[in-house]
Amino acid sequence: MNERILTCIGCPLGCLLTATLENGAVTNVQGNTCKRGDDYARKECTTPERMVTGTIRVRNGSAPVVSVRTSVPVPKHKVMEVAAVMSDTVIDAPIVLGDVVLADIADTGTALIATRNVTEK
Amino acid sequence: MMREVQLAIIGGGPAGLAAAVAAYDKGVRDIVIIERDGELGGILNQCIHAGFGLHTFGQELSGPEYAARFIQQVKEREIPCMLNTMVLDFSEEKILTTTSRADGLQQMKAQAVILAMGCRERPRGALNIPGTRPAGVWSAGTAQRLVNMEGMMPGREVVILGSGDIGLIMARRMTMEGAKVKAVAEVLPYSGGLKRNIVQCLEDFDIPLLLSHTVVEIHGKKRLEGVTLARVDEQRCPVAGTEQYISCDTLLLSVGLLPENELSVQAGVQLSGITGGPVVGDDLSTSVDGVFACGNVLHVHDLVDFVSQEAAQAGESAARYLQRGNACGPKIQLRAVNGVRYTVPSYIDRDHMAESVTVRFRVGHPYRDAAIGVYAGERLLRRIPKRVLAPGEMEKVVLRRADLPEDINTVTFCVEEGNSK
Repeated sequence: MNERILTCIGCPLGCLLTATLENGAVTNVQGNTCKRGDDYARKECTTPERMVTGTIRVRNGSAPVVSVRTSVPVPKHKVMEVAAVMSDTVIDAPIVLGDVVLADIADTGTALIATRNVTEK
Repeated sequence: MMREVQLAIIGGGPAGLAAAVAAYDKGVRDIVIIERDGELGGILNQCIHAGFGLHTFGQELSGPEYAARFIQQVKEREIPCMLNTMVLDFSEEKILTTTSRADGLQQMKAQAVILAMGCRERPRGALNIPGTRPAGVWSAGTAQRLVNMEGMMPGREVVILGSGDIGLIMARRMTMEGAKVKAVAEVLPYSGGLKRNIVQCLEDFDIPLLLSHTVVEIHGKKRLEGVTLARVDEQRCPVAGTEQYISCDTLLLSVGLLPENELSVQAGVQLSGITGGPVVGDDLSTSVDGVFACGNVLHVHDLVDFVSQEAAQAGESAARYLQRGNACGPKIQLRAVNGVRYTVPSYIDRDHMAESVTVRFRVGHPYRDAAIGVYAGERLLRRIPKRVLAPGEMEKVVLRRADLPEDINTVTFCVEEGNSK
């Protein structure tokens, strides 16, 4: 059995949460003042996820980079791996908002999509 | 002959876009948006992180995606936009002097004007940080534009002063681009940023947040070599003996935003000493007839969704002004006291007000288990319990016309502590 201390991100209160874990499962959450705190602690202790946003280099574009994001949040431990793949990727203009830049980034099963237009130079 | 236009909107960011769409939808057809950048969208174009649009679209969009939705609406309505065009002068007669590379110096006369110029960052010069003046000291927003739009990294070892949301977002962004963010220093004993950003931008990457700390010296001749941080006391004075040197090649400043009202002043628009934005009524009209204001030029917002809402209201008010002229009745003044720093609007025109008016404001300190009290003289109109109030979170109270007694001329907003239960 071990405990994890978290700050709830549900609202500006920022409740200090204490989650009790047994064999990787959350058995108890304390310190929360609403249901959202309980949900957040359970999710954050078992399968934390983050939406990753960043930029990708563009060849022959009206801008040197295009902004991108993962189509859905990815596992938290994959964030820096996703960032590394983004750093190593170069794509050609034109790019249209919503274009799939990579179908499966860093073996997350998640697509990377462009969040703006970049026209050809 | 001077060009004439019914409605000129200064600024093509989120406020200007939403104002234009709303004015068009209320029947105004002769509109022009004047934007100094080469594209519409304003600051949203560099805010590539997610979290925009939860209120407006029920989705977590990035800044450029949020902007694209409004740009699309402007395009569908074929509202003309002057890009790469800077307004140099704005007179009380609502004559705008503009300049652009394509068209040179031009003037146009507008029947109504919406101010939507946004805000800019407080610079190093406003902080009086001692030390040298090396390269490598940037405002956080400038660094954000460099990284997210120009594809350039300002540096590799970073200290950030100020823990507002832009500073926190940039701490994560620089880290993900391979930089080492050594610390975020905040002069106040609390952060002005969202809890979500503290957790996901700092804690996720083990970046220390030093509360009650500031930069007391900048080192380096040509390039920044390091900064000295020190703890500050309750008066925000550095405490001797607490100095620590941190080597870095980049210092980002995220130390506040200032509404950009030079043009407003030229036209004689009265400004609030607290927000730095125009004093407005419930229709967002300024002290100059036919001139309206919305978005960050009016008061600095946390959420773009609320900018869009406010701007739509300014657009509707401008349409009403153009169609029916200025309506001016007795004013109910809104007073901000006891912890409430200001209100937008500053007054309500009771005879012409809508069924309800959204009053937005900020508090001066963090509070727990308090309440917002709304009074007409001694009479309590509303009392809204608040588990938490924070200076970094804009608050709002919706006043219904039916709630306002006939005989009042002021409504007071205050924080009431300790008796909310």
